[in-house]
Amino acid sequence: MIRFVSLRLLRALVTILAVMTFAFVVLRMSGDPAEVLLGPDVPQNVIDAFRKQWGLDAPLWQQYLSYLGAIFSGDFGLSMRDRSPAIDLVMERIPATLQLTIPALLLKLGIGIPAGIYAALHRDSALDRGVIFLAILGFTIPSFVMGLVLVLIFAVTLGVLPSGGIGTWQHAILPAITISIGGIGILARFSRSAMIEVLGQPYIRTASAKGVKWRDVVRGHALPNAAVPIVTIVGFMVGSLIAGAVVVETIFSWPGIGRLLIVSVSNRDLAVVQCILLLIAAVMVVSNLVVDLLYGWLDPRLRAQPAH
Amino acid sequence: MTFANPSETPTRRRGVLRAATSVPPAVGFGMLWLALMVLCALFANWVRPYDITQMDLSARLSPPGTPGHWLGTDELGRDVLSRLIQSVRVSLVIAFGATIISAVFGTTLGFLAAQFRGVVEHFVVMLADFQAALPFLIMSLAVLAFFGSSMWLLVCLMGFYGWERYARIARGLAISAGAQGYAAAVVQLGATPRRVYLHHILPNVASTLIVSMTLTFPEIILMESGLSFLGLGVQPPETSLGNMVGFGREYLTTAPWIMLGPAVVIMLTTLSISLVGDWLRDKLDPTIR
Amino acid sequence: MSPLLEANDLVRVYAGRKGLFGKAVPVRAVDGVSLRVNRGETLGIVGESGSGKSTLGRLLLGVDPAQGGTVQFDGQQLPEAGTQAWRALRARMQMVYQDPLAALDRRLTIATQIREPLDIHRVGTPEQREARVAELMRAVGLRPDQAGRYPHELSGGQRQRVVIARALATDPDLLVCDEPVSALDVSIQAQVVNLLRELQGDGRLSMVFISHDLKVVRNLCDRVAVMYLGRIVEEGPSEELFANPQHPYTQALISSVPEPGRALDSRVILQGEPPNPARRPSGCAFHPRCARATDICRGQVPDLIPVAPGQTAACHHVTGARATRAA
Repeated sequence: MIRFVSLRLLRALVTILAVMTFAFVVLRMSGDPAEVLLGPDVPQNVIDAFRKQWGLDAPLWQQYLSYLGAIFSGDFGLSMRDRSPAIDLVMERIPATLQLTIPALLLKLGIGIPAGIYAALHRDSALDRGVIFLAILGFTIPSFVMGLVLVLIFAVTLGVLPSGGIGTWQHAILPAITISIGGIGILARFSRSAMIEVLGQPYIRTASAKGVKWRDVVRGHALPNAAVPIVTIVGFMVGSLIAGAVVVETIFSWPGIGRLLIVSVSNRDLAVVQCILLLIAAVMVVSNLVVDLLYGWLDPRLRAQPAH
Repeated sequence: MTFANPSETPTRRRGVLRAATSVPPAVGFGMLWLALMVLCALFANWVRPYDITQMDLSARLSPPGTPGHWLGTDELGRDVLSRLIQSVRVSLVIAFGATIISAVFGTTLGFLAAQFRGVVEHFVVMLADFQAALPFLIMSLAVLAFFGSSMWLLVCLMGFYGWERYARIARGLAISAGAQGYAAAVVQLGATPRRVYLHHILPNVASTLIVSMTLTFPEIILMESGLSFLGLGVQPPETSLGNMVGFGREYLTTAPWIMLGPAVVIMLTTLSISLVGDWLRDKLDPTIR
Repeated sequence: MSPLLEANDLVRVYAGRKGLFGKAVPVRAVDGVSLRVNRGETLGIVGESGSGKSTLGRLLLGVDPAQGGTVQFDGQQLPEAGTQAWRALRARMQMVYQDPLAALDRRLTIATQIREPLDIHRVGTPEQREARVAELMRAVGLRPDQAGRYPHELSGGQRQRVVIARALATDPDLLVCDEPVSALDVSIQAQVVNLLRELQGDGRLSMVFISHDLKVVRNLCDRVAVMYLGRIVEEGPSEELFANPQHPYTQALISSVPEPGRALDSRVILQGEPPNPARRPSGCAFHPRCARATDICRGQVPDLIPVAPGQTAACHHVTGARATRAA
């Protein structure tokens, strides 16, 4: 078990390092931030001073090392726009994003999993087909279309809900629903197929052949076993709590991480973009790690396999 | 990333027979729609009534049903139908190109991992870990924003989407073929690795790979239209489905038809591919989800 | 004349693992095996599952690398697997597999597959290759109209004929058959065994015949080597070895084959656990199951010593002189 955990931890660290390198390479190699920020008509000495100030005059590998060093000491740099620490800018946006993504996650879990399990238990019924169709529809509608259609109906036509911005709880309803639709579809389909697979297993047939009541078979044997694969998907959804709202925040002018990312990207604010990339990757890696460990705990067979 | 070894599918032939005789109506609709879209994309230049940049300032924001502009016009008086047809072409070309790149890239990596194991395998797993850590949209956002968007970059970038699925399948099937099976036998006959992979393993995994392409294809369409919607994908004056929705968004209240047309097309297309793909998967290869 | 194939002190070790996260335990699948196969001769290798006989077959072909020891084919050291020289040598040494369905590509017709070695080694013109395929199919008893069939459309015995035809395509000097009949129905086994006997007929083909089926081995082989946990415990000419086995293990194996006219209660029944290569007993690996085991068996590994002309055995209780058959 120790071997499994330590290998998994090592992989997580390597991944974080890879993301850090990616962020550095893409952001530093793509253009000169000095020219972008200062504009084209600035005298050379001002540009030089700016570069010196931000350490952009050093060789690239030196910039890379000091970048890594700074991150490991918790320094994510200053936003080039208003000189405040990037990490502060990012952190103050997190609550807003979570206000959307957590209710959305609850919606996904609360609707997707029961719908999928219900469909699996009533396989090939009209309701099952309906669930499958809606599920496919759910994740084939792009979130920006879904969001705009909801705005068109509930804000523009009916006028019952605000079309954007943050404020009352009503403001969060449309964006949260928009975020959740795709996930509900994915979870419903996934739980359905996981459940169908489990129901076909010999131990289920054995249990029901022994005369165990079907209800108890489902509760005692089918659900716990179907839960194992579902955990993976849910883990991925937890991992994207921070990153999953970029498009929707843009549609609804919601001041969360996603909006900050889009704005910083268009302003070429290196420090902030780096910080967001690392934050997203860290959350993802940690939740994947937790899922893997949880998985090993739920399904002891997996521990015996090599770690990939 | 977990590499599973899909098992053999003994019922394949029966599946094909049954498939030919009964096509559910939804799948039939999907096939028709996809055929229409492909025709649209192939013959866009002949089909569309106007040039996509041709403005008719006297007929700005005409609603659908206006004679000469059956789907209406946008804020500059450009014909929505013409732009829609061109958008279908652009979006399909990007998604198709990217799907091919992704399949080739992923399959190659999977085969390399199966052939060399060890370090190569660790490297592929690391790449997959990296991809799992950074949501694709976010990664693309960073790359496109800082390198600027061009058609080529967009296709190549999208081509990195979903490769790990092919890699996993290709590696798993290659290893199971190599351990005891026909691939080991062919190696024993003196065949070069190139012959083993191209003549034997690739044809044997092709149907599984093609079915996984039907999973990747709609996802790439969604990804590209999402990026274009955010203004980082296809750039004006060229147009794509996402980009039309993005610009049409500002006229949501006054001229919703500008965005509804492309929105419906995106939905129907991804839905059709998913329906057809699901059906194909059930019939041909039930081992992958 | 030098032997066609000569192996000296071959060792193959796998890294087995004890428990889930335990330390890696080396498993010596093949542990110091030496043997020779003369031209035109068939050598049988018998043993229970786990005795390392299949691994030995792969070592002899150079498919798996040996950690120790050497294999010489026609007086030349075997090249490393995967090299150009190794691939070229495949035209001269071939293999027949236990499961013919797994060994065939289910997407290609059998004619294409029989032809494949010719394509790989660029033997002859396309027309000559076609002719050779027809000739091979006739030789193994397949009908010409079956050329366009796919493996799953054939019976198990026919598939094995395809595998044999493919192996013979380049007219090899050596054929290693790894349990070629054990996956087949008994009624079909005889057909394949007869086919192999026919191939021995002209005396040009050498064979290594790996099997746990003593009757088939006796029927086909000129000499027989008995393996137990990675080592050869007895070797000798087929007739003598079956008539007069020296090693207690060989005796037990031979007496386990039911024979008409012999009472069942005279059999030597093998006792104790079946052999596990991961937990190899000290000394003579057979001692926990041997009725004659004494202290020396637990402490010392016996060497192969000559017990009769051409016959060797590795047992502390067998002397150089011909011993009487012990119970």
